[in-house]
Amino acid sequence: MLYVDIEKTLGKFRLKVQFEAADEALALLGASGCGKSMTLKCIAGVEKPDKGLIVLDGKVLFDSEKHINLPPQKRKTGYLFQQYALFPNMTVAQNIACGIRNKMNKADRQKIVSEMIERTHLSGLEDKKPAQLSGGQQQRAALARILVNEPDILMLDEPFSALDSYLKFQLEQEIRDTIKEFGKTVLIVSHNRDEVYRLANTIAIMNNGHIETVGSVHEIFDDPLTANGAVLTGCKNVAACERKGPDNIYVPNWDLELKIPEDAGEVKAIGLRMHSLHIGEGENVFTYDVVEEIENPFSFTIMIRNEKNPLSVPIGIELSKEEWYNSRAAKLRVYVAPEDILLLKD
Amino acid sequence: MDWYPLLNSLRIAGISTIIIFFVGIFAAYYLARLPRAIKGILDVILTMPLVLPPTVVGYLLLRLLGPKRVIGAFFVEVLGVKLTMTWYSAIFATTVIIFPLMYRTARGAFESFDSTLAYSGQTLGLSNTYIFWRVRMPYCKQGIIAGTVLAFARALGEYGATNMIAGYTPGKTATISTTVYQLWKGNDDATAIKWVLVNVAISAIVLLAVNMLESRESAKRRV
Repeated sequence: MLYVDIEKTLGKFRLKVQFEAADEALALLGASGCGKSMTLKCIAGVEKPDKGLIVLDGKVLFDSEKHINLPPQKRKTGYLFQQYALFPNMTVAQNIACGIRNKMNKADRQKIVSEMIERTHLSGLEDKKPAQLSGGQQQRAALARILVNEPDILMLDEPFSALDSYLKFQLEQEIRDTIKEFGKTVLIVSHNRDEVYRLANTIAIMNNGHIETVGSVHEIFDDPLTANGAVLTGCKNVAACERKGPDNIYVPNWDLELKIPEDAGEVKAIGLRMHSLHIGEGENVFTYDVVEEIENPFSFTIMIRNEKNPLSVPIGIELSKEEWYNSRAAKLRVYVAPEDILLLKD
Repeated sequence: MDWYPLLNSLRIAGISTIIIFFVGIFAAYYLARLPRAIKGILDVILTMPLVLPPTVVGYLLLRLLGPKRVIGAFFVEVLGVKLTMTWYSAIFATTVIIFPLMYRTARGAFESFDSTLAYSGQTLGLSNTYIFWRVRMPYCKQGIIAGTVLAFARALGEYGATNMIAGYTPGKTATISTTVYQLWKGNDDATAIKWVLVNVAISAIVLLAVNMLESRESAKRRV
């Protein structure tokens, strides 16, 4: 259980975040430079907020009013750094032994270290230096060092950004298992929506130093609420719109008039996910021109635009290869169901 | 040949290098954390001896440590110790002269340090002292050794300030560099050349060591 309410000004950048996390995995999702890592550093105590309050499991880590600022050594936060931050002059075993907090004799230390090495699949690498390990092994070693430290919270800073894509998948599974076994609050910082979707229960969308939206993974992906949230959850088509009627909007960029659900409140922009647009006949249908055809390993991304306006901004749609092969020759129409349109408040 | 100047030079250079090893590292480490304006001013003052003529440094030291000046008088009257014209007087001169070399190289090494290593150590509960000696120093080892060796080499060759504060007394304050000057002045070319060769040999060894350290470091970076 973590409570954070902090402010920090750094030059022109202002961090002002307030959130709460139960014993769950909470992801801070945001573009780089939005203050995600700074938030983690403030919780860990290696950066000091200008003011605010940080409480972890009932223990006050920082309280500017009461002048409490626990040193990082006493906060018990397990911080997995983006580049892992293993000590380059020490072996894997020595690095892991550094994480043991309690004073104990050499034999006991060695026992803990070798158990952890086994658990994190690092057997045989005990005497290697970090530079001799692959990216995945480095991450395991860094995680092992954190786990022997028995932290009260796990904080993972872009855990897979330094890894090759084929390694990501396996390590993501390992991290998912670790999160499950850990059972306490886990913070994940990421700009990758897929990782976040698979690893977190709750998402906090961050933008320019503050948290815009908090919700369960499904809430956030179904209804990201802001243009920034829509983009971060992977929506490629986002544009401002004008309200024309109770169930009707106009998007100048695309030169399209679209029907939306009637109960929609304030709408300033909309998002169309690439897979929400379908070829065929239905509501919100229009004839398209193909601007560009991009072939992906297992699908096509087709950039289209409203036929009646050749100056309008292209819209991306994603189709299976088969679907596109069947419809590319004929001049067809594309439609989007009103309930599939993301309605955004800014 | 009387080997006293060699012994004295090595003794002075050795002691001042040991002092400056700690003082230079300490200054480099703590100055990096000061606010920018103060850091800038202190940086100028601390680097000054590198660009000032050694005679100016010697003059300033005499003004401070001379038997009739504040600090010098205090030592003579209260402790009965003379700070000038003794063999150890040269240590004051060389420490001041070589300080910037150590300070600058140590600072450069510390600036290249990846601070997330210190952060991760802190979150794991390691003390700042442990992190300094077991993580930061090993990380910056090559730079710090290079700085130490350079400082030692410079200390061995110190002439101007040493000559002013310690003078030249054979068998007492004579160092290699002051001896060479005296021999040349006394037209004893044969002995002078011997000392020149000794000095060149020592300097060559030291510079070779620095080069080896640097090439090892760049080899390490390439990996």
